[in-house]
Amino acid sequence: MSMTRTAIAKALFRAQLNKLYRWYAGGFFCFVLVMSVLEQWGLSREWIGFLFLFTTLVLYAGIGIMSRTTDAAEYYVAGRRVPAIYNGMATGADWMSAASFIGLAGTLYLQGFNGLAFVMGWTGGYCLVAFFLAPYLRKFGQYTIPDFLGERYGGHAPRLLGIAAAIACSFIYLVAQIYGVGLITSRLTGVAFELGVFLGLGGILVCSFLGGMRAVTWTQVAQYVVLIAAYMTPVVWLSVKQTQVPLPQLVYGQQLQQVTAQEQRLTEDPKELEVQALYRERAQVLAARLENPAQALADERRNAQESINQLRASDAKPADLSQADKRLAALPKSDVAAEALWREQKAQADAKSQPLNGMAPHAQQFLGNPEGTEAERELFDVSRRNFMALVFCLMVGTAALPHILMRYYTVPSVREARESVAWSLLFIILLYITAPALAVMVKFEVFHVLVGTPFNELPAWLGAWNKVDPSLLSITDINLDGILQLNELTIGGDIVVLAMPEIAGLPYVISALVAAGGLAAALSTADGLLLTIANALSHDLYYKMIDPNASTVRRVTISKVLLLVVALLAAYVAAQKPADILFLVAAAFSIAAAAFFPALVLGIFWRRATGVAATLGMISGVSITLYYMATTQSWLREVFGVTAAVDLWWGIQPIAAGVFGVPLGFLVMILVSWVTPVPRRAEREWVEFVRYPNLKGPKSGQGG
Amino acid sequence: MDSVDGMNSTPTPDSLHRYWRTNLRWISGLMLVWFVVSFVLVFFARDLNFEFMGWPFSFWVAAQGSLLVYAALVAVYAWAMNRADVVHGVQERED
Repeated sequence: MSMTRTAIAKALFRAQLNKLYRWYAGGFFCFVLVMSVLEQWGLSREWIGFLFLFTTLVLYAGIGIMSRTTDAAEYYVAGRRVPAIYNGMATGADWMSAASFIGLAGTLYLQGFNGLAFVMGWTGGYCLVAFFLAPYLRKFGQYTIPDFLGERYGGHAPRLLGIAAAIACSFIYLVAQIYGVGLITSRLTGVAFELGVFLGLGGILVCSFLGGMRAVTWTQVAQYVVLIAAYMTPVVWLSVKQTQVPLPQLVYGQQLQQVTAQEQRLTEDPKELEVQALYRERAQVLAARLENPAQALADERRNAQESINQLRASDAKPADLSQADKRLAALPKSDVAAEALWREQKAQADAKSQPLNGMAPHAQQFLGNPEGTEAERELFDVSRRNFMALVFCLMVGTAALPHILMRYYTVPSVREARESVAWSLLFIILLYITAPALAVMVKFEVFHVLVGTPFNELPAWLGAWNKVDPSLLSITDINLDGILQLNELTIGGDIVVLAMPEIAGLPYVISALVAAGGLAAALSTADGLLLTIANALSHDLYYKMIDPNASTVRRVTISKVLLLVVALLAAYVAAQKPADILFLVAAAFSIAAAAFFPALVLGIFWRRATGVAATLGMISGVSITLYYMATTQSWLREVFGVTAAVDLWWGIQPIAAGVFGVPLGFLVMILVSWVTPVPRRAEREWVEFVRYPNLKGPKSGQGG
Repeated sequence: MDSVDGMNSTPTPDSLHRYWRTNLRWISGLMLVWFVVSFVLVFFARDLNFEFMGWPFSFWVAAQGSLLVYAALVAVYAWAMNRADVVHGVQERED
């Protein structure tokens, strides 16, 4: 009887959800339609941008307010009744951050095949989630990932390490999301970056603060709808424009062939060669200056001063004189600044003296040549090794990021946890399978439409984006022939997605939609991360370690206060515009992989794994990962004051440092487990409880 | 044999053991496919350059094929283990 009753309740709940989200999607579609009509009637861009921002934020806030709760199970795990398909959508939004939405297609544009390591890594990791983690985490049925470590291994050490690692990797990631929110908000509405950060923060807090996991889950579903619609619309349009087929994923093969053919032509084009030669000269000049920066800067100053003096003596026009003054004023202020600036300029000139603007041919697998000279063979081997190491780190990192794993606590059963991973991956793949198509089609547009066009006939969006941010897009006619060569165009990766609607010739309303999609991606990920941090502190640190008698109301209240503090802290850090934010995000994957993956997986699949071993395994895995990054990554080397020569192990780049940490973590855990006493009976029984869906837990009554 | 377990309301230690073996066998098989797609095909990417539906084969695998295989692996695992839960009589009770 009771079984049928719960089944009916479940079906009703799901039907209600379906209805609600159908209305929501329909309403959003109508909103976009109305906005595009208003644009035709002459509504200004600022207003369209503002209305998009305002409407989506109000929508998310509305869902947050409707889902407010103080109940612990609702607050921490959304009452464990999120159907598999909805959890899949929420995981998709949770997973796809500003980096995926805005950055990925740009990376693929710049790196071609070599960028596909991100596509493979960020999807293949879900196989590990499905096979090794999700069903068992759901069966465990508690609240957080450090919780799992604490219950499995006993003692405070594994839980405490789990808390530290969860906070470390989530906080880095959170700062990057809030940074993205600030960037998009300020672009969309024209407010200052710092104000954008705090506006976005309001959007994040109103969800997670009032309703915890419950509000975040239902908001994330709504955000997934916005972000996938925003990503697909312009790509489909671009595909129709280029190939007359609205399925970019199926037809961009032919575009890739044409891009490859054009690459061949551009490599031999005399105009391109001329531009490359000019940049090579510039690189040589800079190299000469860098040999003695102090002397070179003094020379530059003297030259500038002399030309001013000459102009004055010859009674030159005031315009020429002020230009000469500006040239002197623009010189770097100190030797150190001069050296840094010239080094950067030389790197750029070096890239631009290469064919194809320093980009590898798009379809070419890895760099170098396995049949070439020794240096080329070496480059090929190292490039292939790094590709595989990065795929490995991103996959294992995916299967170890607490804000993703936590999502599988919210489904009703082990069965649905398994199904939910499949839904998650499906919803995620939709975007990841489209990004490479987008990159190729934008490249097609640049190679065939922009390159070879006279400067005065270039499309208007080039100039507009150049004004917004020269690092995103800049053009210089270095050989003064009045025609754009590929190597005269410098573009930052982010432009590929941000300018795509304009490249496709779509109205501004689609640009605003894309920005709203990017905002949804950043907000949804930030929500999940914020909860992870607050829960690790309130549930694991406070409730489990400091005050086990705390009432649930007190725990939830503490969690909300912490949420506020962490969010403000992250916003403060983001407002400082930290350097190398993208590297830090990638670093979070390696740290999470080394910290969590061995301890979680062995904890489930090997009864013999002991608490001491888990503690030592986590410490050694994370230590070696951090050590490798700190000694090889340029920004971290500065932070830690490392001056020894960079010593890459097997040529592996610091971004893939987890490739050392994960195996070491496993090795240490296995070796130490063998020499430490067998885990207590309660722990062994706990493993059985997690493995078999029907077994009641050691502490019965907490399962359902 | 297996279906007999499904009739039992309390599975024996023996059937629990068989259930776990089934699980490990599925994981090993699917992980093998995962490994081949993610690392073996990638290792030989430069050699697998023949045209496939308009793409160089290894480019298509990295951009689309591997993703579709991953989705299939996860779906097959969910189907297989949800079925194994019932066959071995270890499915959750709703109460």
